[in-house]
Parts: sequence; structure tokens; C-alpha cells
Amino acid sequence: MSRDADSWALTATCLSLLRAAPDYLGGAVIRMRAGPDRDAVLAGMAPLPLRKIHPGISDDQLLGGLDLTATLSTGRLAQRPGLFDAPCMALLTMAERCETELAAKLAHQLDREFGHCLIALDEGAEPDECVPAALADRLPFYISPEGRRPEGWSADNAGADTCDPGQVSATLEDAQTLTVIAAQFGIASLRAPLLALRAARVHAAVNGRTAVDRMDLEVAARLVYPHRATKVPDETEPPADTPEPPPQEEQQDATGDGLSLPEGDMIVDAVKALLPADVLAGLGQSGAGASRAGTGAGQKRVGNRRGRPLSPRPGRLDGRARIDLVATLRAAAPWQPLRRQQQQMADRLLIRPSDIRVKRYQDHSDRLLVFAVDASGSAALARLNEAKGAVELLLAQAYAARDHVALIAFRGTGADILLPPTRSLVQTKRRLATLPGGGGTPLAAGLQAASLLALQNRAKGLTPSLIVLTDGRANIALDGEGDRSRAGQDAKQVARLIQTQGLHSLLIDTGTRPHTGLRDLAACMGGTYLALPRADAQRLTTAVSAALDS
Amino acid sequence: MTAPFPFSAIVGQDDMKCAMVLTAIDPGIGGVLVFGDRGTGKSTAVRALAALLPPIRAVESCPVNAAKTADCPDWAELGSKKIISRPTPVIDLPLGATEDRVVGALDIERALTRGEKAFEPGLLARANRGYLYIDEVNLLEDHIVDLLLDVAQSGENVVEREGLSIRHAARFVLVGSGNPEEGELRPQLLDRFGLSVDVRSPGEVAKRVEVIKRRDAFENDHATFMAHYGAEDATVREAILKARKRLPKIATPDSILEDCATLCIALGSDGLRGELTLLRAARALAAYEGKRKVHRDHLKAIAPSALSHRLRRDPLDEAGSATRVGRVVEEILV
Repeated sequence: MSRDADSWALTATCLSLLRAAPDYLGGAVIRMRAGPDRDAVLAGMAPLPLRKIHPGISDDQLLGGLDLTATLSTGRLAQRPGLFDAPCMALLTMAERCETELAAKLAHQLDREFGHCLIALDEGAEPDECVPAALADRLPFYISPEGRRPEGWSADNAGADTCDPGQVSATLEDAQTLTVIAAQFGIASLRAPLLALRAARVHAAVNGRTAVDRMDLEVAARLVYPHRATKVPDETEPPADTPEPPPQEEQQDATGDGLSLPEGDMIVDAVKALLPADVLAGLGQSGAGASRAGTGAGQKRVGNRRGRPLSPRPGRLDGRARIDLVATLRAAAPWQPLRRQQQQMADRLLIRPSDIRVKRYQDHSDRLLVFAVDASGSAALARLNEAKGAVELLLAQAYAARDHVALIAFRGTGADILLPPTRSLVQTKRRLATLPGGGGTPLAAGLQAASLLALQNRAKGLTPSLIVLTDGRANIALDGEGDRSRAGQDAKQVARLIQTQGLHSLLIDTGTRPHTGLRDLAACMGGTYLALPRADAQRLTTAVSAALDS
Repeated sequence: MTAPFPFSAIVGQDDMKCAMVLTAIDPGIGGVLVFGDRGTGKSTAVRALAALLPPIRAVESCPVNAAKTADCPDWAELGSKKIISRPTPVIDLPLGATEDRVVGALDIERALTRGEKAFEPGLLARANRGYLYIDEVNLLEDHIVDLLLDVAQSGENVVEREGLSIRHAARFVLVGSGNPEEGELRPQLLDRFGLSVDVRSPGEVAKRVEVIKRRDAFENDHATFMAHYGAEDATVREAILKARKRLPKIATPDSILEDCATLCIALGSDGLRGELTLLRAARALAAYEGKRKVHRDHLKAIAPSALSHRLRRDPLDEAGSATRVGRVVEEILV
């Protein structure tokens, strides 16, 4: 069977398992764009009583709250039940836009083991538009069939009979096989093997077996593991030997050895065949991606002026906040009888300060471009003026985009902040023009100053990006000593720090010939590397804006 | 609601389990913060803790679980004044909770139906003398965080609204868990937690297999599993009770105090809360181990979780702060 057809066949299996025991499995992520293919997949879940929810759902709807209309008309407290007060089959549309806060709430509901089932419909187009990891980790399946739907494919939803997976027995060896395989694929979360074991049970139950067999394990591993894999198992080394067992665990490990035998290996191969191509491609930089996942991509800031509206909250009208009239009236409404009775005024709406609700908005914070420019002797000779020109052009763009800019120069024995973050174009240009060249290349000090400045400003709510222009011949160590090898090590260390902090970075090689050391350094920073031999300022600018926008 | 996964059945994660037991012995330590990857059993451990804790004696109808009738707040309308034994409260603070729900507010039902002013206690009241658990603490809304900081500091909850002026005791152990990838925690809130532990998925296959086996047994062979680990939980509970009795008698030699201070100076931890927590936790650990006095080993064992979250971040150190604490401890307490 071809790869495409195979993935569609797996999708059908997935759907049949979900139909049989939705509450036991907990749901799935479906990553497909809207279209007939997705409709066909969703049709496979038609027997389930799915209720649509969207990423903007309010807490009231989700978790229940006061039903104001009913409360006021009946004169007694009426609570509206939340969606998740009873076992619920929810279909989260546009799950790629789900905020981490909502994801955390949904994850909490799923963790209650209350019979909820969540289908997250992910329409993300870009790789980093995806379902929040907190949810993806809890949902066993990831349905994203490749290629076109084979002729005549339809999720056979006739057999919507439920089964009781609790009756299916699984041996300890089965659990062990699944765990060992998960470990081989570098899946850290222990939820994965548990979910796989559940999937295996359901598969056995659907096929009328009362015990899990090899086939069930294989299907479960193929359904649950591929999208979680972070590495490809090493083929040269038998997996059971990889961890060095402490002496007292030898007994256990011996059984482990006996277990990841041929059948385990065959399952590994089956899963490997299904690894998405981009996972394999991204493996080398998974470290960078992982560390950036949480903090990168647009810092959020809560304010009261612009952006996407958030739920209103109690507040005081201090001249800056804006009142949310409807929410304020809603808050005041239930108290009217009590207040009228107290004040003997039956004809007026009585609003107290505690009713005031203010509007809040969330917007993405301003970008800060931190330029770290190498003004050492070697760079000065070659390209300092070109670099200056490029920075000026970038400044013009930054001005148009209302970005903030900061300028750091490193030469001699250390780095100086020439210009703290500002929006003033004139000042920046002036400082840049007077920037002298000459001296050693304290690359590490420059990187350190730039990263510190970036971190400080991130704490203030800006979203910093580092742009380093250098020719890469680091020869001054962090402490100011002229030691070429130590200087290189220091620079690497700071670069790694930049990566762990998840700072977005770009390294521009201004040397006359591309320098391999700089390429490695950029990899250490988890950033983009641009070699620009003989580039003029204009080309440099186009390259930089392209790299920053990507 | 089914019984939670038993505490003693959690494989590994000794730091986290130890920290939780210590706060049960001495609530004055001030809470635990558990940070770690997904699927490492953070929430499982907290829910298990609830089942493990020894019961408390409280006035039956008291909304804040007061131990004596005299301690009940004056606004509470007490029904039965019998002293009963009830499980230590472990209260969940859900992320979406409103301010009203956390601190308490006017009882809306009574206001509507009978036109009476009455106070409806919130989550803080229910958590008094127990635990307040916040999952995904780093995603909590800022105004709720500010509120919690204030109450955790003063041990008292004050509500002023709608002409009501209410105060009641709110002494609780704050337990937070979260995933560092989803956002950082403000240093002010970090400092309020006595101990902080990082949890990771176990690296060895054998351990991972054991986790899966136990979880599977818990789900599918519930009765046998609970019978076995229920007994083990009882042993831990006994040990906690014994340690509580022993705690006031634990001697603290001057040399230990000096060690604490030296350690904190060497690490440059902010404020004095580090020393105090370190000492308290070390005493609780000594009591748990059945010793008569605090020993250096206790300090060594507890220093990473008591101090690692109070350090200024060193921009040049890639290793976590826990490693840094460990290194300094090795240097100073030889």
C-alpha cells in the first residue's frame, strides 16, 4: 500500500476506535484544512453527539455560571450549567488559535476522567500554528492523512456499537513493549504509553478479542506515537542496552531485554514508516524549537487601550480604564431588590463602585531590534561602512513599523550600549555615524551585552530580536584577555544562553569570505545565519527583513 | 469521584514527594512549587496528597474549618457546634475562577430571595488549615495572583464590599504546579513558595515501564491495587503524624544556623526567607527521619529545593539554579 493510502487507512481505524470508546480515549487532534476531505473524516464521527466550541468561548459557557435572565425573572438564583458539568463530546474548531489559558482549562477538564471527549480541529497552515501542547499531549490521536483521499474512501460509520475496553486484559509485557518503544522514539511524556495502551485495548475490544495481542499493540503504537516522536531510534544499538542499569535493577532490565524482541522491533519499524517527513527534517533543531515554543512568537501584553478584548474585570475608574457598560449593568442587576429596599428608592437603577467592570484588551507587544555591530579593526577595514548603511536602512524600516531600536558596538576589550532602546531615528543615525572602528573583536562581550539588553526589555514587555553583524574573528575573551581559543569558547557559551532564553536572533557574516565558525555560532544561538560576501547595504537590508519576517 | 492515585504508588520523583511530605509536617514551610514537563505526574501527586494527609478536627458547621468554636468568625451562622474530624481540605483554584469566588462575596441567592445581606465564603475560606492547589499557576490572572500574595502573606482574608466588612483566617499551604514552557512566574510569587522542585520524566526505561504498569493496574485492577498501596499510604501518614509530634523537640545546633547563613550568602539569595525556609525544612526532614537534631546532611538534602527559586538568574549559567545550589552546597558543606 502506498504511503498516502496507508495514512487514510489508519485514519479510518482511528475513527472506528474513537466511535467505539470516545470517553475512554479522550479525543483526537485533526489537522486538516477545511474541504471535502475533512468533511469525510468528520462524517466518520457523526454518530457521536459532538458539540461545537470555539477558542473564544467564555468561562461562563465552559464551566457554568449565573444565568442572569432566569435569575431576574424568577427572583431566585438560577445557575447555568457549564458545558463540562456533564460528560461532554466537544469539537473545538480552529484549535490552532486556542490560547494557553483555555488549553489549560480544557486540559484540566480532560484530566478529571469524567468521560469527556475533545476533538480539536486544527486548521493551521504554518508549522508553528498548532494545537497548544498541553492539549495535544492529552489527546491520543493525531489525524492528518497525507495526499488525496483514495477513491471510495469513507469512514464506515455503520458499526457505531460501543464496546467495553475495561474488559480487555493486557499483560505487563504489553505495557512494557509500548513503554520501551515510546522511549526509543524519545517521547518524554508518560501519557503517551498510557494512551497507547488504552488505544490497544479499544482496538482489541472492537475486534472482539478479550486480550490485547501483537496486532493491537502495533496499531496503537502507529496511531499514538508518530507525531510525538522526537528522535529516530538508533538501529545499530539494541535499545534495551541504552540506559545503563544500576545494579539493583538488573532483574527488571533482564525482562526488559527479553521484551523488546523481534515483535517490538517490528512495531518500531511500523511507527518509523509513519513519521511525518517534516519531523525528521526538524529533528536536528528540535532543541531550539522546543525551547522557543513557549516564549517566542509575539509576547502578549494586557492593557486597556487596544488589541483583542479580554473578559472584563472589576476595577476602578481611575481615568485610564474604560468602563464596560454592559458588564457593569449585568453585575449590578441582581442586587437591585436589595439595594432598593435599603435605600427606599424604587425608581432608580442603583449602581455601586463594586459593580464597575472595566474593559481590558490584549495586544501583541512592540518589537525591539537590538543591533550588535562589530566595530573591530578587522571589520572596520572590510565592511564597517556597509554595515552602517545597512543598519540605517533597517532603521528606516523599523521606523515605519514603529519598532524600537537599540544599538550596541563591540570593539577593543568590551561592548558599549551606544543607544538604549528608542524610536528616535535621528539619534540612532547620529550615534551610528560617529561610531569609530579599530581594536580587537570581543564577540562574546558583544553578544552578552546584546542578550542582557534584550532580556531586560523583554521583561518590560517588548519582543526583542538580536541582529549581530560581525566578521567572526573573535579574539578577545569575556574578561578582556586576548586569547583566541578562549574568546571562541566564550562566544559559543553566550550563544547557547541566547538559545536557552528563546531569543530570536540573526547573525550576519560581514566578512569577505563566509566563515564556518560563524555558521556554527548561529546554530548555537538557534538563529538564522546570513553570509553576505560583497553585499551592498541595500541587499543586506532586503536579506535582513526577509529573515526577520519569516 | 473515584479514589485518587495513591501517593506511595508514584514512581520516583522523590524530591517532589519529600517536599510535599515536609509541608504536611510543618505547614509553616510555606508551600511547594512543582515545575516540570507535561506528563510527569505533577497533578497526580497533589491529588494523591489530599488522600494521604491526616484528618483535622474542626467545628462541623464552620466555613473556615476552625478548630474551636471560639475561633469561628463572627459572621458565620453556626449550626452544629460539634467538633468532628474531617479530611484536610485540599482546594483546587481553577484558572477561570473569579475574584468573587476566591475571596467570597455577598450571598447572591439570599440577597435575591430574602433581601438579606449575608457573606458567602470563597475558596480561601475553605482552604483555611489546609492546602490551596493551583494547577498551571503561571497562567493565573494577575489580579488573582496579587490577591493570593496578599492573603498568603498575612494569613487573613479581608473583604470589604456592599457594606460588608468581613475578615477571616486564611492560613493555607500554597501548592502550585506548572510547565515552565508556558510562561514564567513573577519573582514575588516565586518567593512565597517555600520549596520548589523541578520534575522530569524518568530517564530509565525500567522506571517508565513501572509507571505505566502501576497506572494500568490502578485503572483495571482497582481493588487489589488500592488495598496494597492504601496500606503503604497509611505508613506514610503514620510517619507524618509522628514527625509532627517530634518536630518541636528537634534541636538545632548553632553550627547549623551558621551553615544556613553561609550558604545563603554564598548563593546571594534575596532576603532572609531563604534561610528561614531552609532551616524549617531541614528540621521537618530531621523529624521525618526520626532524628533528634538537625544534621548537615539534612541541609544538603533540602538546600536545592529551598533555595533554587530565590536566586538571581545568572545569565552565564546554562545549568539550572538547582545545579548551582548543589555545587555551592558541595563546596561549603564539605
